Amino acid sequence: MYNQTIDQINTQERVARLFSRSIKKESKVQALHLALSMIDLTTLEGKDSPGKVKQLCYKASHLHDNFPNLPHVAAICVYPPMVSIAKKALEGTKINVASVATAFPSGMANLQAKLEEVKSVVNEGADEIDMVISRGKFLSGEYQYVSDEITQVKEACGKAHLKVILETGELVTLDNVRLASDIAMKAGADFIKTSTGKVSPSATPPVVLTMLEAIRDFNNKTGKQIGMKPAGGIGTAKQAIQYLVMINETLGSDWLSPNLFRFGASSLANDILMQIVKQSTGNYQSKDYFSID
Amino acid sequence: MSNRINIQKTYKLYIDGKFPRTESGRYIKWMNKDKSTIINICRGSRKDFRNAIVSARKALSGWSARTAYNRAQILYRIGEMLEGRREQFMAELILQGSSKKDAENEINQSIDCLIYYAGWADKYQQIFSRVNPVSQAYFNFTISEPTGVVSAIAPNDSSLLGLVSIISPVIAGGNTIVILASEKLPICSISFGEVLHTSDVPGGVVNILTGEKTELIEHFSTHMDVNAIIYCGENKDEQKLIETNASLNLKHVVHYKNKKWALENSHSPYHILNTQETKTTWHPIGI
Amino acid sequence: MSKKQKWEYSPALEGTDHIQLKKQYDLFINGKFTPGAEGKYFSTVNPANEEKIAEVAEANQKDINFAVESAQKAYDNTWSKMPGKERGKYIFRIARLLQERAREFSVIETIDGGKPIRESRDVDIPLASAHFFYYAGWADKLEYAFPGKQANSLGVTGQIIPWNFPLLMASWKIAPALATGNTVVLKPAETTPLTAMKLAEIIQEADLPPGVVNIVTGAGDTGKAIVNHPDIKKIAFTGSTEVGKYIMKSIAGTDKKYTLELGGKAANIIFEDASIDQAVEGIINSIFFNQGHVCCAGSRLYVQESVAEEVIQKLRNRMSSLIVGNPLDKNTDIGAINSKMQLDKIKMYVDLGKEEGGNIYQPSCSLPKKGFWHAPTIFTDVSQSNRIIQEEIFGPVLGIQTFRTVDEVIAKANNTAYGLSGGVWTDKGSKIFKVTKDIRAGVIWANTFNKFDPASPFGGYKESGVGSEGGIEGLRGYLDLA
Repeated sequence: MYNQTIDQINTQERVARLFSRSIKKESKVQALHLALSMIDLTTLEGKDSPGKVKQLCYKASHLHDNFPNLPHVAAICVYPPMVSIAKKALEGTKINVASVATAFPSGMANLQAKLEEVKSVVNEGADEIDMVISRGKFLSGEYQYVSDEITQVKEACGKAHLKVILETGELVTLDNVRLASDIAMKAGADFIKTSTGKVSPSATPPVVLTMLEAIRDFNNKTGKQIGMKPAGGIGTAKQAIQYLVMINETLGSDWLSPNLFRFGASSLANDILMQIVKQSTGNYQSKDYFSID
Repeated sequence: MSNRINIQKTYKLYIDGKFPRTESGRYIKWMNKDKSTIINICRGSRKDFRNAIVSARKALSGWSARTAYNRAQILYRIGEMLEGRREQFMAELILQGSSKKDAENEINQSIDCLIYYAGWADKYQQIFSRVNPVSQAYFNFTISEPTGVVSAIAPNDSSLLGLVSIISPVIAGGNTIVILASEKLPICSISFGEVLHTSDVPGGVVNILTGEKTELIEHFSTHMDVNAIIYCGENKDEQKLIETNASLNLKHVVHYKNKKWALENSHSPYHILNTQETKTTWHPIGI
Repeated sequence: MSKKQKWEYSPALEGTDHIQLKKQYDLFINGKFTPGAEGKYFSTVNPANEEKIAEVAEANQKDINFAVESAQKAYDNTWSKMPGKERGKYIFRIARLLQERAREFSVIETIDGGKPIRESRDVDIPLASAHFFYYAGWADKLEYAFPGKQANSLGVTGQIIPWNFPLLMASWKIAPALATGNTVVLKPAETTPLTAMKLAEIIQEADLPPGVVNIVTGAGDTGKAIVNHPDIKKIAFTGSTEVGKYIMKSIAGTDKKYTLELGGKAANIIFEDASIDQAVEGIINSIFFNQGHVCCAGSRLYVQESVAEEVIQKLRNRMSSLIVGNPLDKNTDIGAINSKMQLDKIKMYVDLGKEEGGNIYQPSCSLPKKGFWHAPTIFTDVSQSNRIIQEEIFGPVLGIQTFRTVDEVIAKANNTAYGLSGGVWTDKGSKIFKVTKDIRAGVIWANTFNKFDPASPFGGYKESGVGSEGGIEGLRGYLDLA
């Protein structure tokens, strides 16, 4: 299972064909609601403050104040020091708190330090852990190391869900993306995730498709359903809908759910809201009418 | 004059690298102009032709897989062998009615023709192949490949040079051939088989038949395992018959009409191209 | 949307209000639209709903005589005397006008022929325009195309094209003919004449000298009149092998030149080391592109035994996401079968495949009630001796066999009277060169399938044809090389 090659050009062409689907009317409204429910509303800045995190949580839990019947986002994704703040701010909602961990974004720390960080954020209430793999080890061919690390982090997570960030921008080839996906899933990942958002390129459509196909093959072989999270660079409703088409035609309707698919994004929610309002009013919207928290 | 009796040569067919008599046992009485020499030429049959095609088909994959350099060397070798048999061909051409000077010219030009195509064998691909700039992320290239098994009706009035001019570009291009020698002047066409036989040309690559065109032309043009047919002649009925029959399996038809093989510019790499197919291959460029 | 609920795409119909279609089209001869001598018309229908779209004139012998006469005059008086540089500009004009009106042409192509708008919009029309653009540039450069030779035009060329890529085939024929200085009498297929008639409008707009391009509509008899016209110097035909043979026979002994692009039964070979998901997508493109109405379709699939189960399973899954239906819907993958006649032929072969013991699979898809439709279909448990493996079906029907060794699959791939195209999927470079060399066919797609480009020659070996179209090779059939 560790040797499936991926042809780049054919993958790009498949993506182009998937993205040529034209999603209109009722199917678009459905898609916008679904995409909103899949967002991990994210703030991962060195300058993040408790105030900003609180505002973000407030927004996440009050989206439907102005727009009844809207779903809530799936989770808030923050740095470890913000976990307890987010947890408190989201009390009483069904929104999860996700924390990046394992020396995010570089992963450049020893394993012990990584495991302690994971345990500590889980203790503080994180429902989901977004870890990074050791790309240096992967690129030098130490696949077993990468695999063992994931297994141990998974153990440290306890009940928390583990998302494994491959940082595909550093893996470069789709062959590597496929191999890293297979390693992560086999080692115990609940989700696999494209990027930290700190490396360019972040989630690209061919990378996402390659990971979805890896998930599908893993599911065919093991029966396990692994989730997927593209992150970084997904800022528009149009992109989000294109990804939903990709999931729909690669993995099927099971994965059209926040349980198995997430968008890691900061500005996507507003664009989706604008589109939802446009669909209901018929008028194109302006950003000035949507708060930017 | 000694009392020794000459040994006369039996003229046979050249099929599959061997010199069999016609399976039909038939012959054509051939006489020189003053009727001083009489030779029994094999009157090749439908079955001789069939056997020749079988051997040409069998030889095709090996011959077309030879490197261009190797084919070039073998063509050059044929030229060398012909040079070495100059005396024999002088005698036969003169027997067939050529003047000494014409015979000498024809032999020279035949050798030069072989050397010309020997030189082309490893170059025509470079002239006729190309990389095509397609508008997508693909590497796309076009090459020539041999059409396959070729049947040919040789020119009737040029028994050595005409024959060599037809055979050379066909085999330089990796095809195999079954050729019907000039009915009027068959002697040195058959002897050319001996040259081929001593020139590292694998058996079956060139097969030479003698016989009656009116009898064999039908089979040359209808055989379903022939990929192309070369017709040298100006007879409208024969042309029509060949083209009609060729439609059975869409044989490519190459027609050399009023061709003067002795002219300086009568040879060309485009003659190689006449029995070549065009193959284009696509492959993505990515990582 | 709750979990498990299927997300259906709402209809996304391409607008049709912007297209201009007349109720009736006359013949385009000598630069004018002219009623046929007999005044007969036939209907062209939309295969997606069986509704009549327009009437088209039927050309008889007299009309063909007139068209050839016009083409001959145009050749003698203007076109053959015009410098290549100027000829080229006319062809560039056609390319540009087609680009400007691309969407209109796409919609009409889809309505008249049944192909999905996604394909006419993204493939047919852009490629047709690109073809004119490519050959336009050759018009004043012919001396560079064939080293050592002088390139002379022939005169009037007769061109007969099929219904599977109506405008694209018209461009494949007209563009090189004009670039090489010949004039044209072209007959589109009787089920898909409309984009050719719209092209006639563009040719008028481009102000081509009258008679340089003549477009005459009709069926077999009209075609025969072209093939047998004594003043036509060259026949270019794309269509069935059967008709190709008939044409070759008809013009035997006349010294007419000919290019024949005929049928195929291409092998598409998947090796175990291929990128499997991309290969599966390649299978989809090879056989379901344009409803399988493609002469170079990869209708014989050979999968290496060790990956056969996986490939077939993935192929079935992928087939279930294909959307069959209204060709004007931007999400449609498989449109309407071109005609009732073709649909009957496909059904005949599918029945035959079942009778021959083949194991059929079709995804569940609801086909519209009106119009001509066929679900994507694959057969396993078939062999070389089955007719559905030997004969060209020209529909969305794939026969799948497995193999173990390279030699075995090459032998099977070449075990056919055809030789138009082939496909190879493997990650190993040296194997690609080995297999692509050994397949006896004119176009080989390695790790891809059904790609086309004006610069890329296209033509068949064996019973798939004579001569090439596209690229430099495409010029050769329209020239006398002295």
